[in-house]
Amino acid sequence: MAEPTLEIHDLSIGVGPHNVVDGVDFDIGRGEIVALVGESGSGKSLTALSIMGLLSGSVRQTGGTATLAGNALDLDNDHAMRKLRGTALSMIFQEPVASLNPLLSVGAQVSESLVVHGRASRAEAWDRAVEMLREVGIPAPEQRARQFPSELSGGMCQRVMIASALIAEPRLLIADEPTTALDVTIQAQILDLMRRLRDETDTSVLIITHDMGVVASVADRVCVMYGGRIVEQAEVHELFSAPRHPYTKLLLATIPRLTGERKSELFSISGMVPDVASWPEGCRFRTRCPLATDRCATRPPLEAAGAGEGHLAACWHSDKVEDLA
Amino acid sequence: MSAVMANWRRLFVPGEGKGVPVGIFVAIFAALVLVAIFAPLIAPYDPNTQNLLGRLKAPGTEARGTYYLLGSDELGRDLLSRVIYGARISLSVAILSVLLSGCVGTALGMLAGYRRGWVGIVVMRLVDIFLSIPAILLAIIMVAVLGPGFVNVVLVLALTRWPRYARVAYGQTLSVAGQPYVRLAKAMGAGPVRMLFLHILPNIIAPIAVVATLEFGLMVLFEAGLSFLGLGVQPPMASWGAMLSVGRNYVSNAWWIATFPGVCLFLLVLSVNLIGDRLSDYLNPKSR
Repeated sequence: MAEPTLEIHDLSIGVGPHNVVDGVDFDIGRGEIVALVGESGSGKSLTALSIMGLLSGSVRQTGGTATLAGNALDLDNDHAMRKLRGTALSMIFQEPVASLNPLLSVGAQVSESLVVHGRASRAEAWDRAVEMLREVGIPAPEQRARQFPSELSGGMCQRVMIASALIAEPRLLIADEPTTALDVTIQAQILDLMRRLRDETDTSVLIITHDMGVVASVADRVCVMYGGRIVEQAEVHELFSAPRHPYTKLLLATIPRLTGERKSELFSISGMVPDVASWPEGCRFRTRCPLATDRCATRPPLEAAGAGEGHLAACWHSDKVEDLA
Repeated sequence: MSAVMANWRRLFVPGEGKGVPVGIFVAIFAALVLVAIFAPLIAPYDPNTQNLLGRLKAPGTEARGTYYLLGSDELGRDLLSRVIYGARISLSVAILSVLLSGCVGTALGMLAGYRRGWVGIVVMRLVDIFLSIPAILLAIIMVAVLGPGFVNVVLVLALTRWPRYARVAYGQTLSVAGQPYVRLAKAMGAGPVRMLFLHILPNIIAPIAVVATLEFGLMVLFEAGLSFLGLGVQPPMASWGAMLSVGRNYVSNAWWIATFPGVCLFLLVLSVNLIGDRLSDYLNPKSR
């Protein structure tokens, strides 16, 4: 494969004395959709924000490097990162309606990044915005561009946000739970749209979600995060069919199935996600893991596991995961 | 756009809103503004021409070819003309000081709310200090230092009143800065200037506008108060406050000198306050 669009190496993010993201490595190829999956507090959103250089307050990057298309990103340098935001890097968020300025017309917001970076005159930017709105499937874009976010539905607003993120033709689009606030049919449309735009523009996408359904329908490759680390990384079919980390396996087991016997109780992973301050030494999942042994007190490396190419898992017992019920 | 128009209608049309039709007060305010603007055309006489033989004439009397509709003052000047010209002073002092203090206060408050950190601490402690000093006392001290006069009165009022705006702007900025659309704008590469003026200011301007209308009435009264104390605009300029001050000495034998400027002050402040009150109801989504 050619040079990856984004390479993250050993990224750590600290809040106070604790590293809530602890040595994360992954990369995203050109035109690839990678999903970052994990529970709340697993550090997936912070990872995304740090790539954008948007960490603020007491949350700081404490280590690691990021490279965008071969150029190192200076994540701490707000001025340098601002030039990349809205040009090479774009991000969309959940809560599509609240993410649009209620007092600016849709067209103005879609063209924002072009205007901010002085890449087009106001009139050109407006025309491009209308074009982009058409591209993301908004009917009558000339009229819609003059409307305000309150006049649009949630799904429409998410399309507008996607249009505003992609108008600058970024190398990487980060989507933080883009479909969480939307109902299921709209969700499917938005995911379709993201895949189609990826096919057309070759933009790489990092999608952050806790929804395995979203992962299955949109991602090419998946990184599973637990306790601020990536515990498993695999091509999407491989991950679903042959997970090599017990956390992934159990996470998949929590998805209720329509086929087979209906159980009276839904499956859940025993215990709670531990607080940052009480993360165990070594493998962080070991306090909840049915396969845990003494060996798990040392941190397992993220290394090749399973049959597929590029399938990595951070578990000493990855060969036993298959038998886990 | 039509939705916006309909909402504006609700602000002025009785029955759709509540209570007294605010349109009456808008009309009074507009009338006072027009009087101030067209004072030279409306005033029957020069406000500063003295007529010592026509001193303290009662309303509706005539002396030496001058008809005093509202009477004359202690120097025989036509009270109606002075009240008309006085509207210019009251309104322009209020408008200028509200604009000045509003701009300064809003800018500082936004800066404090957006940057936070030590900038926020310094600005907001300064606000606390200013707000803890009685405004009229501060104004008196500063006029005593700077000297009276129109420009100084505006400066003094702006300097004593900016903390009100700063505090509102600070709180609003804090809340708006946490909104997802600010985060998105940041992710689009918007810099601080664009962020403050395009994304934050328009979203916090409504409560500031309400503060400004309420402050407007207060500024009219402050100017009158300073002029009453002899610290405001200086004679022979006609100011309602100064006229009240003089009229106080003659209230037993020439009631009109203090009464007419007082009534005008009352109407101006009342109308502005009620407009501000209705504006705040209108702009507050919870009370719609």
